This record gives sequence, C-alpha cells and structure tokens, in this order.
Amino acid sequence: MFGNHNPSSFRLQPRECVFMSSFGSALWSSVGKKVITGLTGFLLVGFVIVHLLGNLTLFIGPDAFNGYAHFLETAVHGWLIYAFEAGLLVIFAFHIAAAVTVAVTDKLAARKQGYKYAKNAGGRSRKTLASRSMIISGVVIAVFVIAHIFMFKFNAGNAFEKDANGTKNLFKVVVTAFKDPAFTAFTVVAMILLGMHLRHGAWSAFQSLGWTNDRWLPFLTRAALVVSIVLAVGFILLPVVLFINGDPNAVSHGGH
Amino acid sequence: MSDSSASKGSSAPKDAATKGMTIHLKIWRQAGRQAQGRFVDYTVHGIQQEMSLLEMLDILNEDLIRKGDEAIEFDSDCREGICGTCGLVVSGVAHGKHAGTTTCEIRMRQYQDGDTITVEPFRAGPFPIIKDLVVDREAFDRIQRKGGFISTNVGSAPDGNAVLVPKDCADNAMDAATCIGCGACVAACPNASASLFVSAKISQFAWLPQGAPERGRRALAMIAQMDSEGFGDCSNHGECEAVCPKQISIQNIAKMRREYIKAAWVGADKVRSSGGD
Ligand code: HEM
Ligand code: SF4
Ligand code: FES
Repeated sequence: MFGNHNPSSFRLQPRECVFMSSFGSALWSSVGKKVITGLTGFLLVGFVIVHLLGNLTLFIGPDAFNGYAHFLETAVHGWLIYAFEAGLLVIFAFHIAAAVTVAVTDKLAARKQGYKYAKNAGGRSRKTLASRSMIISGVVIAVFVIAHIFMFKFNAGNAFEKDANGTKNLFKVVVTAFKDPAFTAFTVVAMILLGMHLRHGAWSAFQSLGWTNDRWLPFLTRAALVVSIVLAVGFILLPVVLFINGDPNAVSHGGH
Repeated sequence: MSDSSASKGSSAPKDAATKGMTIHLKIWRQAGRQAQGRFVDYTVHGIQQEMSLLEMLDILNEDLIRKGDEAIEFDSDCREGICGTCGLVVSGVAHGKHAGTTTCEIRMRQYQDGDTITVEPFRAGPFPIIKDLVVDREAFDRIQRKGGFISTNVGSAPDGNAVLVPKDCADNAMDAATCIGCGACVAACPNASASLFVSAKISQFAWLPQGAPERGRRALAMIAQMDSEGFGDCSNHGECEAVCPKQISIQNIAKMRREYIKAAWVGADKVRSSGGD
C-alpha cells in the first residue's frame, strides 16, 4: 500500500496542467460553465435594460415608437438589427446550454438519491425561491421570447400597415396585442418571472465571474433585488397601461 | 422498530429532570454500499441535556448491541469540532440547525422531551454510502492530492516575518485554511457541488507567497479532479456557507474562479505572482 510512496509523484505536475490549460477544455469545466452563464447573463441584462428604455417610447406615442423601431430596422442599411439578432441568438444559445447543464443535468447526475427530510439551512444562505426556480423562470422567459417575436416581429404572419415613408405601424400591432387579456396576462406572468430570474441572477453573475468578496456581496445581493424589481415593474407597466387605456388607432401628432 | 431504554438501571430517581428526556429518532439504515436503505424508528429514554447527539447514538448503540441487534454505523473522531470526521444531516440540515458547528458539537439541550429527530447520511453521488450513516469521502482526498499542498520541503518553522504577508492576505488565507474537509458543503448543496471545499483549499494557498509559484497549476488540477469525481456545478445558492462548521465564505468560490480564469487564459505557469489577487 505504501510501497511506491515517492514524494515526487505528489508534485504538481506541469504536463497534466499544460494539457488542462487548453482553452476548450477549460471552457466547459464547472468553472467555465459558470463564466458562460455569468457573461451571457450580463449581456442579456444589458439587452433587457436597453429594450425597456426603447419600449418606453410607447408611452410617448405612435410616432416616437414607430420612428424608434424604424431606426433600428434601417440603421446601417439594416445590418445593425441583423447583427443584434445574430448576437442575441448566440448569447441565448450559450446561456441556455450552460445554465441548463449546471442547473439540471449535472445537478441530477450528482445526487441520484435525494434527502427525505431536507430543510433550508437559513442563516448565511442565499438560497431563495428565485434561486431554486431559475430553470422554471428561464424556460417561461424562453417561451415568452418566442411568442413575442412571433407577435411583434412577424405580426403573427400578417402584413404590417405602412405609412408613406415605409415606416411600419408597429405601435398599432403592439397596442392591439395588449388588448387581448390572455396575452397581457401571460406577459405579466413572464415579466414577474424575469424579475425573479434577475433577483438571483443579477448578483449571481458577479459571483460566477469571480467579481465578489465579503465586502461587496451584501451590497450586490441588495442591488440585484432593486434592479430586478425596477425591471419587472417597468416591463409590467407597459402591457398593463396599454391594456387599460391604449388606443391602437391613436393618430400621429404632426407626422413627419 | 425497537424500543431502547437508556437509563442506567432502575435506581435512577423518578424526578423528570434527572430521568432525562425521551427522544424519537428516524435513522437511515443501509446494510452496505449496494443495499437498499430505509428509515428505522427508535426511541431512547433518559437523555440528559448535557449529552451530545453522538452520545445519544452511542447509548442507543449500546442498547442495540445488548439486544443482539447490529449497531448503527456513524463516523466521529475528535468529538470537539476540529477533525471533520463526523457528519450527519440532522433534522434536514447538515451538521444540524446551529450555524458554525459540527455534528459532534450538537448538544441535546436544544431538544425537548418527546421531540423527533431525523438522521440521514450526507448524500451525494461522489460520497457513496458505505454503511448506515457512514459515507466514503475519499473523493476529497483525491482532489487534495492534485494540489492541496506546496511542493517544497518546508523544514522546520522559519523565523517569524521572514516572509512578509500583508494582513488582509493573511486573514483571507487563514479563514480559508480553517476548512476541516467534513463535506457538509457538498451535503447541503442542492447541486451536490464541492465548490466551497475546493475553493477553500485553492485560495488558502493563492493568498500566500508560499503558494504562489504553483497557483495556476493548482487551480486547474484540483478543479479538473473535482469535475471528474462527478460533483455538481455551483448555482450560487450559498447553502454551503450556511452549514459550514467553519463558516467558510463563498468569497473563496469567487477567488477560486479568478484563479481558474487567470490560469486558463494566460497559462498555468504564467500565473506566479507573489500571492494575493
Ligand atoms: C432575457 C432573458 C434572460 C436574462 C436577462 C437572464 C439572466 C440571467 C442571469 C444574469 C443569470 C445568472 C448567471 C450566473 O449565475 O452566473 C442567469 C442564470 C440562469 N439562467 Fe438566465 N437569463 C435569461 C434567459 C434565460 C433562459 C431563456 C433560460 C433557459 C431556459 C435561462 C436559464 C437560466 C438558468 C437555469 C440559470 C441558473 C444557472 C445556474 O444554476 O447557475 N435564462 N440568467
Ligand atoms: S468548506 Fe466547510 S463544510 Fe465544506 S468541507 Fe470545509 S469545513 Fe466542511
Ligand atoms: S468528530 Fe471531529 S469534528 Fe466532529
């Protein structure tokens, strides 16, 4: 048993590590997957913030909103929106692939026989309903994203009304969609879940990238709560206000 | 089902305070690695408040042996919270409900006469059950052998302050070094991740000049071993920190990730700075 006790065999071997430092294997290691969820999560949060700010033009009126959408679709000869869409698709793909492996497949493989009497430890734990339901909130968000692209980007398969300048009347499409109680309710639920996703995700991403320490953790967890509430409330206000008093046929004030 | 009278003889006074408490137990019993386990109910009498939970199990075991039954297997060694050998999930929480203590430090004064306590082993794929409440934690040893050390003969104790270490680095290293390798972090993690243990072992050295020359290799090698043992990944629930008897902070997990990212990005042997961040 102790026959080949050779101290040098316990040295940190360089060869094995040179192999390990190949970037590909590092990327899909346990830490690599956290880096992927964290980075893509950050980018998605950035997207969500910009998206909310842009959507607030709905409250200004049809011209502002349609003009903003028209700008996005035509900027850089239409390439801007393609670049963004392609980028988002890649970001979503990596986010989902890494997050689902962490939160579902690896998790289930690591503990096949569960506890019968498990309780939360409480105290210094950061485990919350939000942290435990990341996969549920994530999947609902994914379904919502698909539904809302179908509704708003493709107008559920119908042609868009256009004005003389070729600007789509996206305002009418959006406001009409939010006259439907079912779609409005689904949107509100999805946005509550987005808020929950970010209640954990918005600080967890810092931790995943290693950007935390004991001094900053309490601040970051509280900041995540604030950010998630602000974003959720913002995204819930839009459909709710439009449902109550949006007018799909609101006319432009002044035109172009 | 078995009923165990633990009071020593019938000479004990009838007074309830000295007669002790009656405690009901639901304990996981499993004959061997491959066997099917199940919960078995026991009742013990005469439990004094000063006793530890493990002493109660000792009393139960003596009684089982007296009756010709098989004793319940569980691990312990120092019984004073320093060795990391003990480890049970007591009423749903690894090492019991009190923060910053090990299983062997649980005292019966936190319970009342007639209470029911559930006792389960630490559950994780890489910690297979050997028998009853005893689990095989050699996965931790295999991770340690990949880099939980420095490859020099340190000889006898050097002069104090011969190697200067900034106070905050020393504090972080000492906090990480208090990990006793008990495995409660794995047991409590919803994903059965070993991140807290491995991060304590990695950052303990990364903060110090003595650990600096090998810090890149250490991070890559220990994390590769952790992954190959089949532990889950970390979802940043922080349940580990809450049950850790040494209250190892998840800031170590962040530190471990910084170490890993640096080593994977610039190359294991290029990360050799003098310790710290
Ligand atoms: C706009 C959409 C989304 C945003 C802003 C977002 C944001 C985030 C953030 C910031 C994190 C924390 C990352 C980390 O802990 O390192 C996270 C984690 C997570 N996301 Fe998303 N996400 C979005 C969509 C999705 C979708 C569509 C899914 C999947 C089906 C998903 C599944 C998850 C899961 C399971 C985690 C937890 C991973 C873990 O356990 O570590 N997310 N998300
Ligand atoms: S980090 Fe804490 S819970 Fe995990 S092995 Fe070390 S002492 Fe035990
Ligand atoms: S037996 Fe040593 S820590 Fe509990």
